[in-house]
Amino acid sequence: MTEASVKQKLVVIGNGMVGHHFLEQLAARPEREAFEVIVFCAEPRPAYDRVHLSEYFGGRSADDLAMGKIEQYRQWGFEIQLNDAAVEIDRDNRTVTSASGIVTDYDRLILATGSYPFVPPIPGHQHEKCFVYRTIEDLDAIRAAASGARSGVVVGGGLLGLEAANALKALGLEAHVVEFAPGLMSVQLDAGGSELLQNKIQDLGVTVHTSTATELIEEVDGRLRMCFKGERELLTDLIVFSAGIRPEDKLARTAGLAIGERGGIVIDESCRTSDANIFAIGECALYDNRIFGLVAPGYTMARTAVAQLCGESSSFTGADMSTKLKLLGVQVGSIGDAHGRAEGAAAITFVDEQSGVYKRMITDADGKKLLGAVLVGDTGDYDQLLQYHLNDIDLPEHPEQLILPTAEGAAPALGAGALPATATICSCHNVSKGQIVDAVAGGCCSLAEVKDSTKASTGCGGCAALLKNVVDEELAALGVEVNNHLCAHFPFTRQELFHIAQVEEITTFGELLEKHGSGRGCEICKPTVASILASLWNEHIHKKPHVGLQDTNDTFMANMQKNGSYSVVPRVPGGEITPDRLIVLGQVAKKYNLYTKITGGQRVDLFGARLEQLPEIWRELIDAGFETGHAYGKSLRTVKSCVGSTWCRFGVQDSVAMALAIENRYKGLRSPHKIKMAVSGCTRECAEAQSKDVGVIATEKGWNLFVCGNGGMRPRHADLFATDIDDETLIKYIDRFLMFYVRTADKLQRTSVWLENLDGGLDYLREVIIDDKLGIGAELEAQMANVVGTYQCEWKTAINDPEMLKRFRQFVNSDEADEKIVFVEERSQPRPARQEEIVRIAEPA
Amino acid sequence: MNQVAITRTQWLPICQRSDLVADSGVCALVGDAFAGSAEKKSVALFFIPGQETQLYAVDNWDPLAQAGVIARGLVAELDGELTVSSPLYKHHFRLSDGVCVEDESIRLDVYPVAFDGETVCIAVDKS
Repeated sequence: MTEASVKQKLVVIGNGMVGHHFLEQLAARPEREAFEVIVFCAEPRPAYDRVHLSEYFGGRSADDLAMGKIEQYRQWGFEIQLNDAAVEIDRDNRTVTSASGIVTDYDRLILATGSYPFVPPIPGHQHEKCFVYRTIEDLDAIRAAASGARSGVVVGGGLLGLEAANALKALGLEAHVVEFAPGLMSVQLDAGGSELLQNKIQDLGVTVHTSTATELIEEVDGRLRMCFKGERELLTDLIVFSAGIRPEDKLARTAGLAIGERGGIVIDESCRTSDANIFAIGECALYDNRIFGLVAPGYTMARTAVAQLCGESSSFTGADMSTKLKLLGVQVGSIGDAHGRAEGAAAITFVDEQSGVYKRMITDADGKKLLGAVLVGDTGDYDQLLQYHLNDIDLPEHPEQLILPTAEGAAPALGAGALPATATICSCHNVSKGQIVDAVAGGCCSLAEVKDSTKASTGCGGCAALLKNVVDEELAALGVEVNNHLCAHFPFTRQELFHIAQVEEITTFGELLEKHGSGRGCEICKPTVASILASLWNEHIHKKPHVGLQDTNDTFMANMQKNGSYSVVPRVPGGEITPDRLIVLGQVAKKYNLYTKITGGQRVDLFGARLEQLPEIWRELIDAGFETGHAYGKSLRTVKSCVGSTWCRFGVQDSVAMALAIENRYKGLRSPHKIKMAVSGCTRECAEAQSKDVGVIATEKGWNLFVCGNGGMRPRHADLFATDIDDETLIKYIDRFLMFYVRTADKLQRTSVWLENLDGGLDYLREVIIDDKLGIGAELEAQMANVVGTYQCEWKTAINDPEMLKRFRQFVNSDEADEKIVFVEERSQPRPARQEEIVRIAEPA
Repeated sequence: MNQVAITRTQWLPICQRSDLVADSGVCALVGDAFAGSAEKKSVALFFIPGQETQLYAVDNWDPLAQAGVIARGLVAELDGELTVSSPLYKHHFRLSDGVCVEDESIRLDVYPVAFDGETVCIAVDKS
């Protein structure tokens, strides 16, 4: 292009997940500069995660589900019109008109209008207590109707219908599913899988009515009566229709674009519609006479359209519709031709009625290739089967072994090496094995680096185990020795050292070094071992053998600041403090001329204490009832809380009391890294619990527990771990969670990174903590009980021990203060003097 | 060291063995008690029992962090050599010669130091 290039006008209609992905992909390219982009979005908010919509009832807010952010779009230079649906496309003049009357011309047009829920035309379906399940507004309406209701019915037993049933259950309703077909999830499952799923779901308290056709809905005494074919009926309070989706193609239809017989905007391999200037992507598009109602194919279409716009050749040629998910806690997987419709298809089925597992593989007539599979109750084999299917790999001699429970050592695992370079490892981000191999060859030396560089396994995370195999194998092939030794002095990981110290009951660094290490130790192994010993035996960190092991902050139980002075943070559990104690903090700060600042963790930080002042300051604080806040340690910092039900009109539980209980329980626990927690009294989440290692959010029925969140440099949204649990269960889970983390994390690894590196991820963590799969629950609790029972305020012990106090002398041979520590005043408080200011002070007047 | 040097060096008692902390550092003030030394100097003393050299004395001032904090650093063995890792920015200084491992152009002064019975003595040049 020459000089002031004229930008192409690109109009995007629809801002759902696929529409958002399109914008995100475009924004990542330099070519975005060539386009002037305007987006029309019918909903009042930009794109959000519809796949996880049900979590809206499990404690996640609209903000949590948000994907598109207005500021982000603005930053990319895209204009977005919210709450403003496009209502007309004029192809002759190339303009789009919106509901609010905006008329904009276009050079290229993207239709990402998605789909709408199909509502069968049953008489009475328009009743105000009848809903659909698609948008956040729909969910708000369902929630409002659910209060005061007893039961709810979902019409439709497909994937989304079961999600909706789960949501009704979460709202405290007696839930029913009414399905016209003879089985649940009839698209993905065969009869056997469907039957087992139904049994499992009934066990969970959802009533399932299959082969049931609704003929009439009528209001009777303020409730709804559903009349079914065959004279049966059901009384309920609200109905949610989830009987499938239909492509939203109205706009395209009116504009005269080619539309499929049963709906859907016809596209070719380049995602172009019958008008070359108009593309269609996602659930509104029809390729090869098929609608692709999953997010991954939608994303592929979005990427194809972006590439086409940028003049690259890229094509969408259909997608594999295999899925793996968890419905009402039941694992379900479906691969390829699940029904065995191909000619000559043969099936191998494994059924374990006792534990509720159903697995079925569909092979070709020779039993050589995998055509499809159905897994219910256990999807452990899904990844491997999917690879056989997608890559057309020859099945092993005894293919049944792929789904049989593995006998010791007999698992015929498909090694990552057997996969071709074209094999798709991560379908969310469309990352092939070849790309991962390239990333490793290009210098990525760890799983985390590969994830960062390729985005693999950062979507649904389903491919994590497979990705790890590929990365490990490639690293090994390149001769990279994966050395996870703690440091030069200990040829073990932190986890191994923890285990050794525990089993051999080693209580000092010297003993551990002598028996299992070499040399004299360093600043990596010394604090790490000190932390392990503290977690295990909980002795005072100033006890003789531990003295030289600590970083300076732990050694002096205060936080060193840039000029060598310290800051002091007394514990203020839950952020609750009496006026008298607050006054003491002020008095102490005033007396010692300390700079005071409120911390993010609802405490008060006192800066500028000289080493030799620390014991006096602490004596005064302890006399007033304060305890050490461990701000210096790799240990529990604070438990932030909101005022909860005591004061707040929205609060549903006493969050302060719970925060106090938790903080007082875990204070003093030493861990691989610092631990932050918070308790919110309601779903408004004022304590920001979802950015903490342990976050607790009150519900009407108890508490929701979130784990492994992080703020700061590398923010991570916490994962919902358990819902509606009582006080006792909450403490039990946190006990186990923390101790398991303390035992198994690497040095200086926060819970967020720990979880990301944990094989099996969140599901595995739940199995260990909630299901006690490893049988160590009681042991973890006992270990925590020991830590809780041996708690001491380290400062209280220190100020009463003359030997320990000797450590706080600035000079061992003088009472003088360090003359190099100089403060000047700023905004009525002291601050460290800068270098040039010190020179000036030193100069004679 | 030749004879001239010996005549210039004075051994000063600075503290007792009991003031030291094994495998760790303490700070002592070397006063202007001897001629030629205009200002008082903070010295970091490290006591590593069981080694051939058990006592080290280096400047307490960390020139990179611009703070007197070396005595509060962690003793770390790096490639077989004893160093102190300064607490603010974690630079390693060799205890034997004071050289900064990360930047060899930076060096802390080091002083001969020894036990005289239970007393710790340090040698300071008078020049």
